[in-house]
Amino acid sequence: MSRRPYVREIPKFRWFFRQPRYLRYMARELSCLFIGAYALMMVWGSKQLADGPATWGAFLERLHSPSSIAFHVLALGFALYHTITWFNLTPKALPVQVGGEFVPDGVIVGAHYVGWGLLSLAVLYFAGAF
Amino acid sequence: MSERVVELEVLRYNPETDSEPHFQRYSVSCEEEWVVLDALNKIKETIDPTLSYRWSCHMAVCGSCGMMVNGEPKLACKAFLRTFDGVIRVEPLAHFPIERDLVTVIDDFVMKLKRVKPYLIPKQDKPVSEGEYLQTPAELKKYKQYTLCINCMLCYAACPEYGLIPNYIGPAAIALAHRYNQDSRDGGRDERQEEIAATEGVWDCSFVGACSEVCPEHVDPAGAIQQVKIKSMVDWYKEHLMPWVKK
Ligand code: SF4
Repeated sequence: MSRRPYVREIPKFRWFFRQPRYLRYMARELSCLFIGAYALMMVWGSKQLADGPATWGAFLERLHSPSSIAFHVLALGFALYHTITWFNLTPKALPVQVGGEFVPDGVIVGAHYVGWGLLSLAVLYFAGAF
Repeated sequence: MSERVVELEVLRYNPETDSEPHFQRYSVSCEEEWVVLDALNKIKETIDPTLSYRWSCHMAVCGSCGMMVNGEPKLACKAFLRTFDGVIRVEPLAHFPIERDLVTVIDDFVMKLKRVKPYLIPKQDKPVSEGEYLQTPAELKKYKQYTLCINCMLCYAACPEYGLIPNYIGPAAIALAHRYNQDSRDGGRDERQEEIAATEGVWDCSFVGACSEVCPEHVDPAGAIQQVKIKSMVDWYKEHLMPWVKK
């Protein structure tokens, strides 16, 4: 009997269409592009602020354009998706064992949301929101 | 017991006569509570004795009957026919070469398992007369879940990284390495790190998480891999930024 194993090719670029879970993964990966773009915009914005009131005003003006608003809505959606999917994965990477038992997943995920909330409050506080 | 006719489309490949695999359709009368493996057995007994596939225990313990059922890696002995509508497509486990029909070549996985030394390497050898290596229930709990692996390779069939990067050591092998690393009686972590803290080890994983979703024993290999990443990163920082701290 002769052996002649058959190797099935994996499509190099279309593989993520084969399973919905692969698409969800790709969406999570894609989300970092929007977060990266938003971070770059913030850096650029700080530069405009440093350049004086006139450039800062022009920058704020540009943020009101329809394309800028569309970008912000998209970036917000992806940022939420990014945050929620990653937070949900944290118990896998950071299991906490107290005595004989593991802390329930919900507690670890919840702690991340609490941390997020506190940090956001701190940012708002230093920005003079209250 | 009610019976119904189930249609199965099975990927066939005969290395002696076929240049590539093709689907073959079987209609077989099955009982309501049967699993895909029962249907395959009935086909083999009553319709086509040439159909080849692996199986042994029929109770999700031996890990032999992993195959793609409607594109999803499953144990054929745990895939209930009543959970599928219409024609059921059965293919050999993805990402492994096909030996014949539903039988895959698993040498790659077996070699990788060997590389991670999935056995206890005691910290200090002691004579049998000194008794067992004792462990508390909490110490056992730390790695217990990873001992449940049945080497079924469903996680490899689900992992797109393994499909694209065949050298990647892969989920089950890393989960098993982690199982021994987490064991209070073991002292072999440095040897295993050589394999799993490398590029072809955990760093080829991008945390798709598919392995854990398909694992029939809830081993959660994806979790093990991320934990190994974190520990390896801590090792790196200790070595490069705090060389005076002993590991
Ligand atoms: S980790 Fe789960 S899916 Fe992977 S080989 Fe072990 S039991 Fe099978």
